[in-house]
Amino acid sequence: MTEIVLEHLTKRYPNGFEAVKDLSLEIKDDELLVLVGPSGCGKTTALRMIAGLEEISSGDLYIGGRRVNDVLERDRDIAMVFQNYALYPHMTVAQNIGFSLKLSGRSRQEVRQRVKETAELLGLEELLDRRPKQLSGGQRQRVAMGRAIIRQPQAFLMDEPLSNLDAQLRVQMRGEIEALQKRLGVTTVYVTHDQVEAMTMGDRIAVLREGVLQQVGHPTDVYDRPANLFIAGFIGSPPMNLAHAAIESRNGGLAARLGDATIPIPDEVAAEQGLAEWRDRTVILGIRPEDLHQSGADEKAGSDARLTPTVDRVEALGASLLVHFAVDAQPARTAGIAAATGEHGLEEVPLIGHEGAWFCAAFEPRSGVRTGNQVEITVDARRLHFFDPETEASVRPQKSAP
Amino acid sequence: MSTATTPAPPIPTPMRLGRRRRVGRTSARVLKLGAIVFFVVLFLTPLYILVVTSFKEAAETDPAHAWSLPSVWTFDAWRQAWTLLSPNLTNTFKLVIPATVISTVLGSLNGFVLSKWRFPGSDIVFTLFLFGMFIPYQAVMIPLTTLLADIHFPDQIPRLAFAHIVYGIPITTLIFRSYYATIPEELMEAARMDRAGMLRSYWSVVLPISAPAFVVTAIWQFTSIWNDFLFAVFIISDPAKWPITVAVNNTAGSLVTPYNLQMSAALLASLPTLVVYILLGRYFMRGLMAGALKG
Repeated sequence: MTEIVLEHLTKRYPNGFEAVKDLSLEIKDDELLVLVGPSGCGKTTALRMIAGLEEISSGDLYIGGRRVNDVLERDRDIAMVFQNYALYPHMTVAQNIGFSLKLSGRSRQEVRQRVKETAELLGLEELLDRRPKQLSGGQRQRVAMGRAIIRQPQAFLMDEPLSNLDAQLRVQMRGEIEALQKRLGVTTVYVTHDQVEAMTMGDRIAVLREGVLQQVGHPTDVYDRPANLFIAGFIGSPPMNLAHAAIESRNGGLAARLGDATIPIPDEVAAEQGLAEWRDRTVILGIRPEDLHQSGADEKAGSDARLTPTVDRVEALGASLLVHFAVDAQPARTAGIAAATGEHGLEEVPLIGHEGAWFCAAFEPRSGVRTGNQVEITVDARRLHFFDPETEASVRPQKSAP
Repeated sequence: MSTATTPAPPIPTPMRLGRRRRVGRTSARVLKLGAIVFFVVLFLTPLYILVVTSFKEAAETDPAHAWSLPSVWTFDAWRQAWTLLSPNLTNTFKLVIPATVISTVLGSLNGFVLSKWRFPGSDIVFTLFLFGMFIPYQAVMIPLTTLLADIHFPDQIPRLAFAHIVYGIPITTLIFRSYYATIPEELMEAARMDRAGMLRSYWSVVLPISAPAFVVTAIWQFTSIWNDFLFAVFIISDPAKWPITVAVNNTAGSLVTPYNLQMSAALLASLPTLVVYILLGRYFMRGLMAGALKG
């Protein structure tokens, strides 16, 4: 039973820079928690503090109930998988995997047996006599995993373990690592900048920005209820559409006016998000691309909110068709969004001859929509997100996440 | 679309320009080659005289005939030099081999600690090491000989070896530290996570991948200790213990100068370093390059 508990963990460098600020987090037994955020957000530093490779400036760290702030890395009983694998170049695969056991004074026979078992688990039996140089990226990755697994540690720490693999292999290894973690049932902290990796692998994800924890929760929770604009822009690909909108009264209920379009807000959404106090004020409205449907294709949304834009650009992804169009509304440009989307490399492209915001809708792949077409889009109003333009936080009343 | 209809840029101009450039390149190459040949000849002339003189008979070695080939090729001078100097050659080996090995190993240990297992103040310590390299031998000769006299060595050769080891530490440390700086930090951290302590990390992880640095350092130390004259002449008083460099210097007679003997003795003294370069030279270059490229 290993829980890792971080209490007000802070990393302060001698020059005063704080890489991690007051981070409190509980990683439950057997859980795979993903620390995610753009580069430089402090996620690796946090992981290294847990590993013992980085000194803790203030706060407390508990592993399995034991306070380990002053415990040496080798006495913390945790194993780490490094970004560049850090395999010992002069040792064979078997020696790499067995090194830690050899050091802890196990008999040669036991080491050999355990290396064999680990290799079988990872499909490395044929490669035990090779050296790292003779292995492919995926194989090296597996050896690095093996080196961690063989120790049967209390916890695994993984620092962007898939970032050096090509896209296809990454998807495969993602599944393998997740399956392995579930099988072994070892508490794992996994660091990545890739939000897809976070969404697909994590039992829970913790989003960091500039050393500050933004939100923790199940991936779908974070996806469905992003706590602020940074998370809204960071989690999800393509990212959430964001623009300024005014909240108005309409037929006894509320509606969001987005440019020249008016989107009625269902009463239960308004109630849940506490929108009443935003009446006659401006918010930043968020709509995920998949919540913008081609009208007629999916009428079950039962919404009378329509947009009728001209298609500016179409991206056929196979499984879906991304339709880009301009919306006549003030684009949302905040520090949080910039911090989030900068990582995706989606620089804000100025609209030519257009003072508005770019939106993206995910259509059915066979909808046949082309650039220049005028389309009718139904907004799934049950899935709208609203953010305070000042604080960038979700307008949703604060409640503790499950 | 619009780029395809744009008229092609005029072609003749670049062509003419190219020809002019080619002519310029050829003359530059001739000039370069000429300069190289000139300096090679300049450099090899003394060596030529050294070699031909060493194969001459004593009567033929007057300066007037220095340029001519020997009328009779003879190994007399070489034989004489060998008889005269072989005890000194043995002395040199007894000096150079332990001094090289010990100073190289110490450099490796220092380099490891100063780059991979740093301690508070390690940068200052390293800077002090570097100062050691810039102190001229002459400046410390008197205190050094006094100190060495106070330490009671059983023999004069170990005494000289000790001086070379201490004086070699700065450069060997520098070479190893630069090499170890190219080893990724992650590898050391992986060793730490695998529960390796300082000595274990050195022995099991760092030492096995240090071969290039060992070759570079060993060649460096071997040649510089082999060629040393100043330390030897100060520290060793007993002619029987002289290393070959000092002994060669003393082949000069007081009345006549046996040029042929001197030349063959000088060649004999420099042959082993030449052999080391030929055998290990490519590792030397590779070692230097490895440090440069990975860093």
